[in-house]
Amino acid sequence: MTLFDKIWDKHVVKQIEGGPSVFYIDRHFIHEVTSPQAFDGLRKRGIPLARPAQTIATADHNVPTWDQHLPIKEALSRLQVEKLTENCKAFGVELYGLGHPYQGIVHVIGPELGITQPGMTIVCGDSHTSTHGAFGAIAFGIGTSEVEMVFATQCLMQNKPKQMRISIEGELGKGVSSKDIILYVIAQISASGATGYFVEYAGSAIRSLSMEARMTICNMSIEMGARGGLIAPDDTTFEYLKGRKFAPAGAEWDQKLAEWRQLNSDADAQFDHEIHIRAEDIQPMVTYGTNPGMGIPVTGTIPGEELLEEKERPSFRKALDYMGLQSGNAIKGQKIDYVFIGSCTNSRIEDLRQVAAFVQGRRKADGVEVWIVPGSKQVEAQAQEEGLHLIFEQAGFQLRQPGCSACLGMNEDKIPAGKYCISTSNRNFEGRQGQGARTLLASPLSAAAAAVTGVVTDVRELLG
Amino acid sequence: MNINSTAIPLEDENVDTDQIIPARFLKATSRDGFGKNLFRDWRYNNDDEAQPKMDFVLNNPAFNGKILVAGKNFGCGSSREHAAWALKDYGFDAVVSSFFADIFKNNALNNFLLPVQVSDDFLQQLFTTIHQNPASEIAIDLEQQSITNVATGDKAFFDINQYKKTCFINGYDDIDYLLSMKSEIEVFESTH
Repeated sequence: MTLFDKIWDKHVVKQIEGGPSVFYIDRHFIHEVTSPQAFDGLRKRGIPLARPAQTIATADHNVPTWDQHLPIKEALSRLQVEKLTENCKAFGVELYGLGHPYQGIVHVIGPELGITQPGMTIVCGDSHTSTHGAFGAIAFGIGTSEVEMVFATQCLMQNKPKQMRISIEGELGKGVSSKDIILYVIAQISASGATGYFVEYAGSAIRSLSMEARMTICNMSIEMGARGGLIAPDDTTFEYLKGRKFAPAGAEWDQKLAEWRQLNSDADAQFDHEIHIRAEDIQPMVTYGTNPGMGIPVTGTIPGEELLEEKERPSFRKALDYMGLQSGNAIKGQKIDYVFIGSCTNSRIEDLRQVAAFVQGRRKADGVEVWIVPGSKQVEAQAQEEGLHLIFEQAGFQLRQPGCSACLGMNEDKIPAGKYCISTSNRNFEGRQGQGARTLLASPLSAAAAAVTGVVTDVRELLG
Repeated sequence: MNINSTAIPLEDENVDTDQIIPARFLKATSRDGFGKNLFRDWRYNNDDEAQPKMDFVLNNPAFNGKILVAGKNFGCGSSREHAAWALKDYGFDAVVSSFFADIFKNNALNNFLLPVQVSDDFLQQLFTTIHQNPASEIAIDLEQQSITNVATGDKAFFDINQYKKTCFINGYDDIDYLLSMKSEIEVFESTH
């Protein structure tokens, strides 16, 4: 059996003949954007929220990242956040809203509070729920109708997906991080290469990663179409969890730990598809197009359309045209206007430490705007405690307040039309960071290097 | 259940839900009215309804219908159900593609917007037919699970899970079914 099979089987309430399963959900995270219509659905049916104690709310997508103590200026954003507060109160859900010391991006706070645990099933009305799979959980994004289903019954109707294992063996080179691993994988198999699958990441390169780095990889599973990705829990996982606010403690910890140690794929486990990658083949990556599969090594040149099928060429040309880039040109040296370090992909304390260590004693290039948006109030507080805010200030980097921010520009943090932003977020879709904005996805280290030079840079050339 | 209609061809591949409904329109707290912002930034220059982009297919008066025929990997990216709401509200009853993103497919089914997956070849033929004659129809028969390119007579069959098919035809939703499972869910919880 695979790790996925083991968790799946424990959560099937009923298997419908020839159809989906009634599938039990252990933890349900919610935020202000995809929940209001689901709460209204409960009201229309006149039913309560089934398991408020298993439901956790935060405000992240719409919140400003500056002056959070003031009322939200934009009326519709304010309304949506107020609606969440009202709904949580009416239905008895714990809310880590604006001003709360636990507020932050939903996929950052779940793990850091120890709510996310191995063996669980976790959903949220957000495609990056796959992040929580880093703990050996089945975690995936759902639509608002499904949010309502979980509210009403703590269950979903689910078909079991196919399974893929991606094994990455070997050691990562200097300046290469987990973000580069996942951008490399997506570039190899395309933005739809894992549709219909749930992915297990395995191999020595994955085992050697910290929890933060593993979350970055599982987070972007959806960008190759996978419903989710997961990694078998190990001592790294258990050390991360121990002592966290909602993690088990005392005798319960020992009992859970014994259970969690059983969570791995058997040696003879069968996968529908297997991919093997050598860690040594991975270089710092950067995207040049308008889907996350359009990535190349930072030393590479923007590909041409000659390898594509005829019908794929118009979309490819449209992407390059939108980006203002040309086939055959090097990506290194491309001018950058904005740098965004944040999002549920790369806004954790380890990301901020890495950036701070790199920029200490350096300064941002003239004309470049640099935003660092921590993933949560706890990350922000930790950064301040470690003095990272001083390093950022000296470098000319703005340390802002927690939220989804310029990853999708639902608040004021938008990249202006035509400007280039190197971003540690997860999507380079047209208009994602603002209408007409041009996004290049990269790791926090690569983003920091570009901030310092003002152009796309091979960070390895600047590392001692 | 049948959907017989002319169709609108959108050849772009990997159309993500950020294009279908941009994030700035996700601030509504009801399900209504998303159709006017469907493909907003592909439809209008400068976010202005007075400045339509005439080369975008929804602005081409030659094409009409309740069926959207789209390039592969339609609906990828964000899980926003607003994408399905926007397509349905605009007037589509079915989307035909050679490949759908998983979450979008579920969202579409939950909103009685039928996702019909066909082969690459069949899709290309549909594009050709629609461009040759925008008045040509597509006939979808859900009971039969078939789709017919009426002009050429070519017919293909598509997959849909039997449970979802029954829901779709009878207008049931999953919540009614799940609520009927209440006691079984409680029994499950007592040993979970």
